[in-house]
Amino acid sequence: MEYSIFVLLLPMIMFLFIGLLQGKLKGQSAGIIGTISMSLTTIIAYAVAFDYFFSPESKIDGIYQKIVEYNWVWLQLTENLHIDLGILLDPISCMMLVVITTVSLMVHIYSLGYMHGERGFARYYAFLSLFSFSMLGLVVATNIFQMYIFWELVGVSSYLLIGFYYTKPAAIAASKKAFIVTRFADLGFLIGILVLSFYAQSFSFTDLTAPGGVALSSAAGVSFLGASAAAWGLSLIFVGGAGKSAMFPLHIWLPDAMEGPTPVSALIHAATMVVAGVYLVARMFPLYIDAAPEVLPGIAYVGAFTSLFAAVIACFQSDIKRVLAFSTISQIGFMIVALGVSGMGGHDGLGYMAGMWHLFTHAMFKALLFLGAGAVIHAVHSNEMSAMGGLRKYMPVTHITFLIACLAIAGIPPFSGFFSKDEILSACLEFSPVMFALMAGIAGLTAFYMFRLYYRIFWSTPTDVSHHTPHEAPAVMYLPLIFLAAVTLVAGFIPFGDFVTSDGAVYHIHINWTVATISIVVAVVAIAIATVKYMKEKSKAPENPLNNVGAFYRAAYRRFYIDEVYMFVTHKIIFAYISRPIKWFDRHVVDGFMNFLAWGANALSGLIKGFQSGQVQQYAYVFVLGVIILIVIALAL
Amino acid sequence: MIELKAIHVVFAVLALIIVVFSIMTVTTRRILRAATYLLFVLFAVAALFFQLDYQFLGAVQLTIYAGGIIVLYVFSILLTHGVGDKQDLPEKKKVIPALVASLGGLALAGYMLYQETFPAVPYDATDPDMKVVGAALMGLGEGGYIFPFEVISVFLLACIIGGILIARKR
Amino acid sequence: MDIPMQCYLLVAAVMFFCGIYGFITRHNVLAMLISLELILNAVNINFVVFNRFLYPEALEGYFFTLFSIGVAAGETAVAIAIIINIYRNIKNIKVENLDNMKF
Repeated sequence: MEYSIFVLLLPMIMFLFIGLLQGKLKGQSAGIIGTISMSLTTIIAYAVAFDYFFSPESKIDGIYQKIVEYNWVWLQLTENLHIDLGILLDPISCMMLVVITTVSLMVHIYSLGYMHGERGFARYYAFLSLFSFSMLGLVVATNIFQMYIFWELVGVSSYLLIGFYYTKPAAIAASKKAFIVTRFADLGFLIGILVLSFYAQSFSFTDLTAPGGVALSSAAGVSFLGASAAAWGLSLIFVGGAGKSAMFPLHIWLPDAMEGPTPVSALIHAATMVVAGVYLVARMFPLYIDAAPEVLPGIAYVGAFTSLFAAVIACFQSDIKRVLAFSTISQIGFMIVALGVSGMGGHDGLGYMAGMWHLFTHAMFKALLFLGAGAVIHAVHSNEMSAMGGLRKYMPVTHITFLIACLAIAGIPPFSGFFSKDEILSACLEFSPVMFALMAGIAGLTAFYMFRLYYRIFWSTPTDVSHHTPHEAPAVMYLPLIFLAAVTLVAGFIPFGDFVTSDGAVYHIHINWTVATISIVVAVVAIAIATVKYMKEKSKAPENPLNNVGAFYRAAYRRFYIDEVYMFVTHKIIFAYISRPIKWFDRHVVDGFMNFLAWGANALSGLIKGFQSGQVQQYAYVFVLGVIILIVIALAL
Repeated sequence: MIELKAIHVVFAVLALIIVVFSIMTVTTRRILRAATYLLFVLFAVAALFFQLDYQFLGAVQLTIYAGGIIVLYVFSILLTHGVGDKQDLPEKKKVIPALVASLGGLALAGYMLYQETFPAVPYDATDPDMKVVGAALMGLGEGGYIFPFEVISVFLLACIIGGILIARKR
Repeated sequence: MDIPMQCYLLVAAVMFFCGIYGFITRHNVLAMLISLELILNAVNINFVVFNRFLYPEALEGYFFTLFSIGVAAGETAVAIAIIINIYRNIKNIKVENLDNMKF
């Protein structure tokens, strides 16, 4: 599998090629070149994954091994610590390769239609290539520092793509917000890496996650504020993951990130980058189990709360992309919960497997949802639900594929979401009944808000009919939809447990029919409520799904004022009481001292510059006089 | 009492020429005359060299200084001044300090000369052989002057180019 | 030779301080340059005299004089070029006017 390096090289070369030649590439050529290259990358990634999963050498005693395909020592820091760059193949990285290249290819194709004729078309494709490169580099990282480097790179590409419409103030603000919030979280990640590597004396995943937890044995005795060093390190690493994966309270950037082009939202902010946090936890999972098992439930609670919180908000948003954004947050919460409730190996590792599976299926159907939403937005030129309604007649392909995705996310069999969500719920049930009830409730909410969205787009009649008659998207846009819908239809039947499990051994999935029945009933009821409320409804403004709780509605619509809280904290507290005194100190004391020095030098030079008269003869005279005086002194001595 | 010889008379005359014309060079108000007096001083210096039996140095002094440099001065003076132009008298505030400095310096130098006793070395009137001078000028070893020779070659070249570059009309 | 070397040196000293006086008092840049020649020649005399009277077998003073003459020639050429250029620009060569680059 030496050719796996091309999975990284191709997008990188494409980024440089398109990025450097973007002024020269006319019309669609940048997009076509980028798409062809992405197709090649996809084929290679599939081949790598196929090779890995089906070649005998990657399995020893039926257990998938971590294969380090390449590893270059890049920076030798100490004898043990060195930063490497390389490619690590194991079940989750191979699965991520498939997910990323598939969604990325779909987005590349789709964007040919969606971004047609936009200013900066070539720039857009260059950034897409950069993002694909960074994301692929992130998942195949052999060590946590390489992961951090690519982690920042995906952050940068996300920033660039959110701010793609850089003439729009909202887009600029959103890109800044995304960058700053994730940067704050990455600070935690970095500190976590440093703490961890200090005790483990290694960055490498193969060392860190080696069975038996030898890596952190030296950290076991060290404790700080009542928790072990390992727990601190891993918690801080999770903070980084939480920032990228938009966990509460660091989720505020993701809804705003919808200012970017819709395909970008599908690729980065639904399918790939935002699950990097999940991937990170999965990657470090053996370490969590071995060194800090007390951190995992905390992770689960954060995920569950985020999931509930985002699901509630999603019920009240009117911008379809925001609904999807909060839905994404909620679904990532599901994955985090799955990891948090999981144990290691065999049936205990069900949550891990379920989380990864949900990551896979979610990436497909959420990308599909976003791309479908993009097609709708492309047709009606608005993000607001009020401008939509009744579109099923005009956009049949989009309608059907969107419906499939909605059914999948709602958890209706036989769509993929049902299977993965069912596994998550089973894992939750084993963790605690309360967690199960909560997650099942959230699943119901998910079904509700997704069908609210679906009915508002495709059924009810629009209030605002100023737009021209919508028409179906071009073929380059609906073919990816059909492909992703097909994947969504069949992905549930993949024997996922044969490939990705917590310990690499095969785990045979069996559907827990009690759980399945409950979740199906919940989903159907929720869909029924949504159907009754929204199918025939003529949209009336202000829309209010829970008619008698106006205050709650307003709060949820404003996303529970979390942004306002952040603004208050930053502006009214940090800026006013910390930054302003520091600024005063800087302006008056630090600058003042420097200004005083400058003033003093200036005044002194003003005093003595008269000596520099410009009269050569005066200089000569002083020189001669000086020599004479020196000689006299020398003689006198 | 030293016996008065011809050589003493010659030296006295040369010294007188040098002193008188030096003073006149720096005090005359006509610059062309200053150049002329300088020429006389340079002649007298060349004569001193001959008197000290440095024939070649005296010749160089005559050809380069008297023949070359003075001509340059005369040309440039004539380029920048009318023939009869008289310079302004120097102001008192310059003359007095200058007098103080130069007379003081002279007094100091005279005092030092008077104080200093030089080792008595037997006088040797041989003019260095041209072969020896040439060999030393090109010599690489002890007492060889190849490096300053090369430096001064490059220096003169630079002066030629610099002079052309600075003086040419733009 | 029974003229003491102090006599030569004294003559050179007089010449030297004449040059200094001229350099300090003259208004005219060319005149200053002429004073400079006096100074240089005074030094040359010193070199020669020391060589002749104290180290007759050596050639150091001899060569220093030779090189000094060469340097003086080059210096004069460049200085005169500069002076002519100045004259072109400000139509006089008074040293008092040449203070544009003082600070």
